[in-house]
Amino acid sequence: MMVRERLRQNISAAFYRHGLLCASYPVPIILFTSASILTCCYPLLKLPLPGTGPVEFTTGVRDYSIPSHESPGDLSERPDWYQGPPVAYIQQVLVKAAVSPWDNSLVPVDVFRSPLGRVFSVLEEIRNHVYTDRSLEALCLQVTDLLPGLRRMQAVLPEHGCLLVSPGNYWQNRRDLFDADPDLLKTVHQHEPKGLHTSATLKDLLFGVPGKQTGVSLYNKKRVVTYTITIALSSYDARFVASLRARLKQLHPSANCTLREDHMVHVHFKEEIGIAELIPLVTTYIILFAYIYFSTRKIDMVKSKWGLALAAVVTVLSSLLMSVGLCTLFGLTPTLNGGEIFPYLVVVIGLENVLVLTKSVVSTPVDLEVKLRIAQGLSNESWSIMKNMATELCIILIGYFTFVPAIQEFCLFAVVGLVSDFFLQMFFFTTVLSIDIRRMELADLNRRLPAEAGMPPPKPGPLRPRETPPPPRPSPHTITLQAPAFRNLRLPKRLRVVYFLARTRLAQRIIMVGTVIWIGILVYTDPAGLRTLLAAQVSEQSPLGEAGLPPHLGVAPVFPGRDPTSTLSVLPAPEPTPLPENQSQGHRAARPEVVPVSSPQITWGPEDEELWRRLSFRHWPALFSYYNITLAKRYISILPVIPVTLHLSPQEAIDTRHPQDTHHAPPPSIKTSDLQADLTLYKVAALGLFAGVVLVLLLFCLYRVLCPRNYGQNGVPHGRRRRGDLPCDEYGYSPPISEISPLLLRGHSMDIECLASDGMLLASCCLARQIRVWDAQTGDCLTVIPNNGLRRSSSSGACEAESLLGADFREPGGGAVGRPDVDIFPIRRRTTPARPALFGDQPDLTPLIDTNFGSLPPSQTLSSSGFDFGGLVEKAYQEHETSPTLAFPPSPPPVLPPELPPQNNGDWDSSVWAMELRGNLIATGRSSGKLELWDAVEGSLRCSNEDGVSGITALAFLNNRIVAARLNGSLDFFTVEITKPLGLLQYRGPPGRGSLPPSPCYSSEDVISCQLTRSVQCAHQKQITVLKAAAGRVVTGSQDHTVRVYRLEDSCCLFTLQGHSGGITAIYIDQTMVLASGGQDGTICVWDVLTGSRVSHVYGHRGDVTSLVCTTSCIISSGLDDLICIWDRSTGIKLYSIQQEVGCGASLGVISESLLVTGGQGCVSFWDLNYGDLLQTVYLGQSSEGQSVRQLLVLDNAAIVCDFGNELSLVYVPSVLEKLD
Amino acid sequence: MRRGPYISMITNRTMNVLIRAAMLFMVGVFLALVLNLLQVQRNVTLFPPDVISSIFSSAWWVPPCCGTAAALIGLLYPCMDRRLGEPHKLKREWSNVMRCVAVFVGINHASAKVDFANNVQLSLTLAALSVGLWWTFDRSRSGFGLGVVIAILATLATQLLVYNGVFQYTSPDFLYIRSWLPCIFFAGVITVGNIGRQLALYEYKVSQEKTHQD
Repeated sequence: MMVRERLRQNISAAFYRHGLLCASYPVPIILFTSASILTCCYPLLKLPLPGTGPVEFTTGVRDYSIPSHESPGDLSERPDWYQGPPVAYIQQVLVKAAVSPWDNSLVPVDVFRSPLGRVFSVLEEIRNHVYTDRSLEALCLQVTDLLPGLRRMQAVLPEHGCLLVSPGNYWQNRRDLFDADPDLLKTVHQHEPKGLHTSATLKDLLFGVPGKQTGVSLYNKKRVVTYTITIALSSYDARFVASLRARLKQLHPSANCTLREDHMVHVHFKEEIGIAELIPLVTTYIILFAYIYFSTRKIDMVKSKWGLALAAVVTVLSSLLMSVGLCTLFGLTPTLNGGEIFPYLVVVIGLENVLVLTKSVVSTPVDLEVKLRIAQGLSNESWSIMKNMATELCIILIGYFTFVPAIQEFCLFAVVGLVSDFFLQMFFFTTVLSIDIRRMELADLNRRLPAEAGMPPPKPGPLRPRETPPPPRPSPHTITLQAPAFRNLRLPKRLRVVYFLARTRLAQRIIMVGTVIWIGILVYTDPAGLRTLLAAQVSEQSPLGEAGLPPHLGVAPVFPGRDPTSTLSVLPAPEPTPLPENQSQGHRAARPEVVPVSSPQITWGPEDEELWRRLSFRHWPALFSYYNITLAKRYISILPVIPVTLHLSPQEAIDTRHPQDTHHAPPPSIKTSDLQADLTLYKVAALGLFAGVVLVLLLFCLYRVLCPRNYGQNGVPHGRRRRGDLPCDEYGYSPPISEISPLLLRGHSMDIECLASDGMLLASCCLARQIRVWDAQTGDCLTVIPNNGLRRSSSSGACEAESLLGADFREPGGGAVGRPDVDIFPIRRRTTPARPALFGDQPDLTPLIDTNFGSLPPSQTLSSSGFDFGGLVEKAYQEHETSPTLAFPPSPPPVLPPELPPQNNGDWDSSVWAMELRGNLIATGRSSGKLELWDAVEGSLRCSNEDGVSGITALAFLNNRIVAARLNGSLDFFTVEITKPLGLLQYRGPPGRGSLPPSPCYSSEDVISCQLTRSVQCAHQKQITVLKAAAGRVVTGSQDHTVRVYRLEDSCCLFTLQGHSGGITAIYIDQTMVLASGGQDGTICVWDVLTGSRVSHVYGHRGDVTSLVCTTSCIISSGLDDLICIWDRSTGIKLYSIQQEVGCGASLGVISESLLVTGGQGCVSFWDLNYGDLLQTVYLGQSSEGQSVRQLLVLDNAAIVCDFGNELSLVYVPSVLEKLD
Repeated sequence: MRRGPYISMITNRTMNVLIRAAMLFMVGVFLALVLNLLQVQRNVTLFPPDVISSIFSSAWWVPPCCGTAAALIGLLYPCMDRRLGEPHKLKREWSNVMRCVAVFVGINHASAKVDFANNVQLSLTLAALSVGLWWTFDRSRSGFGLGVVIAILATLATQLLVYNGVFQYTSPDFLYIRSWLPCIFFAGVITVGNIGRQLALYEYKVSQEKTHQD
């Protein structure tokens, strides 16, 4: 363990230093990385381009001998495939025939009928040729059956004998059939595929020359017919071939023929990538793209999301390139198909590290310097990165010891890839990230400046202004400028939609590029031979139980027994691929040749030497594949062609005519092959494009169906949901709608400020200082305090509950502490529009009030709330309307003036700032510093304590102790004593409710006294903003950036927790001693209450954290940015966030371990915490449409109390209750 | 008023299940086609020659079978999660699911393309890979159990099919079939289960989109 810890520390320190380095010198480091990438990729230049084109090697005919299997190392020019005998020797006899002289009595058919007819005699000659005792039968390649799938060709291709093909095969090599054939062209063309014209058609195979050069056409201007007789020899007998050559030349001399005859070309065919093999490949690439897409979506909170995503992809790609380059440098030529293993490598290497790095850096506190942020983020993740890397290396090591060559090679490759990827992550990506973060900081600065101009200078903390006099109020004009400033806060919402569009379009583009590349590969490898290829593929697969399985070709060993230089140089320079040659030749052939009509000339040029080159390079593989002979990874040797020239007299042509030939009009249906060939390419391209478009559309549809727009990060803005739009969910606890019916509790005349509940009773206090007690089960109003009418109506209040739920609604101007209402009214007067007659002289008050809500965006609810001001308020207005303007500026002194003489029935002059309810006792803390205990049922004042003069900002009532936090930072501990201890009785409860938390209930006969046991005078330097008590601890948070933990029994301060860089705004503590705190700096800290150490620290919100709730697995926080974030409690990683409606950000509560409830505009929404799904939205009532839920209290019996305006709403979630039981 | 939402809820739920099943079916068919192509290319699986005329090179009944199986498994997994009350906790993200699918295709690729010295080695490697797949992307005991059970059932079914001569493997080394087949089945079950769980996360949203469209 020790070693591990030390290692961890060292790693973390090293990463920290590295992060500092990267962020300090971004430009040199990026230059350095680019240079190293380029250096490592340099060896790639020597690699041949990936392709499946055949490779050629030429040797002389004279001293030819079959290459031995043992490759001698000295012959460096010999390619490594040139070993052993070839599959076959190809001997072509090139026949050029013409009817000459041409006279006008001849019909077009004559151009090719008699020349073709001569093929039978030449064939006869070849078949019967015998040299010494060898005949063709003994030497030629014997073939057996055609493949079963090719029955159509059975009549045409030879079976059970020599592989010898010629145009004569169309007529089964029988002259009589040829002579009886009325339409030669039809016979030739009937085997052509109807749709796509492919390069290795039967016509090509039999004629052995490209289709347009055969001259078998009615429009043949040259009137020369060219065809070949192709003989495949299984063994090479130089003398036999020479004698055959001599014989044919002797019989049919070619006058001006200067063809070279001394070279033999060996053609090696690589393994073919067919369309069938491309399909899995394309699939893996699609999966890869989807993976990259879904990964990069997770990058959040950076300046340029796509820039970083691009950087991530570049990191992965260039690390792969680097690894290939390095492997090549050290002599490991990749024998695996790079394109095939590439997606798997990306998946293995993964983008995870990059994302984790980004996340970690982003979640560091923003107020730090960029350098430090990067360094911290790096060092936070260092351990997990190193662990992952070690694990991956281990896996790869295990893979290496499988001793399977292919896997070993993959592993070697992956190791180099991993290491280079790590290098790039550390140097390249980190630096890019630092640049991005710096840019964001600048942009943020720019954006905030105008916003701050319109806002009160400091971020208005919820409670701070109580202590300090409110800042000088800006003039109304500047206030009106706030709207645009707030718009900035809203902007991201709209931008997100734009981002979404941009995102999808980018995804489409990526897929589009992918398909275009794919089409490119198709076109590159096989311009027009798809169909033959398919046929070949199909035919290769078919033999069921046949002996002719293609031999298993072993993968080349990882370490070839050669030195790397030879490996490199052995690879021949890439041949010009047949495709361009094919095309260029085609064009050359198509050029108009000026041949005199009268006399067709047979010329032999150098282009005839290797006429087979103009054929598709799939020509030979296709031919052999018909007999289930694969040429993949093998080679054939092509012998020099034997030229044969045939001159036929016109008379001969006329003699061989078929009777139908003369009255056979030129068939209009047959197109010229030129056109056809050109069309092919277009057709393929069009087909490919079409397929691409269809693919894109399909993927897009899938995408739309599969993932809704608002995955995770921004939940469904439920304001957009229509009423009655019922979601249902199999996971959720969403009960049928009929069971969720909110119960409206009306009665308050003004806005409700304080809420307290102990599960059975519910106490609320409104601005009019009226306290109402409700039955939390039925919603009945039990008590109204005071019930004898309002002595004075006043407002301003804050309460303890507010610090949990509605902190941002707290009024900074609430500093009208204890002053008579004169000061308070104008501030609170949101109802000016309602009373224009009375307050016509204060038209600018409403915008003023908006200021108080500091960084809250304006919401229409504020202006529309409070229309229900009752007559009491009216009275109050009238009472004070004589001095309305005095309200400016209200800045009240923090130290209160002496209280008014306390009245028997309580203090009605100071407002209630805090309220707590336990049993049937209501504890209220007033702005005057008075603590009062009320009987909740009878509404009588039981006890009051006036020991302190500073206003009570927060109260905690636990067991028989009350803790009060005061405005001046002191903390008072009170003990509630009951003089008649027998008076404990269960207040009005059916037996079923006995399970509710045991809270002491005090009978009305008891004499209750409340004594100050201890007062901690300077608990905090500044005012206490939050006070929470649970598990025997009292936790306070203050404006002085610290959190303090006290023991409840002896009021002893246990810890002072420092870690925030702003005032504390939210604290959560529960029975399990989980303590979390959130501050104005937007950070959330989780503390260990037992040791006082900080467990985790995340940067969560832009602006104050307004409320915090923890469950066993996650932390839920909300901020002034109206975002609810859900964090993983153990790792501190943000799981997802929910965008709240403006102004409702702080109202949230957790009902059960997996059910979150949030407030919205006149509704509450239930969310599934595990998945971030919106389960249901409950609308609270007709009148509440525009009101936003400001406070939300979750009761023990799973009812939710929310407060909007002057109404309370009780929402029961019965099915949740069952879950709880 | 009371009946309306209730009925709509019922229809929505069935709609959800149907949509998910259809999607899983398509995924299954697609994977079956692609993976079969891989196997057939290397002559691992042999089908009678007369059905080969199609490009997809396998008997017509294979993709629908795989699709149905995928739909069943993909629905079974979230259902079982709910019954057991332990929702799948491991990174529930599409990127992870994609990674899972990629690894699964990679395992198939390896089984078809990499030439191993002997079948035992191949099977052991694939078994390790599939268990690794489960560990990386699932880690739930229920997932493992279900995967094993389904893999065994599927292997038995395949053996029956081969025994009855519907198709055959080139070099059977384990009761008419290749010994790595259970591993592939297991990995496939894990993958499809992963997809099914991910889809189940969205069933609600799918239904919502549908209502919006309506």
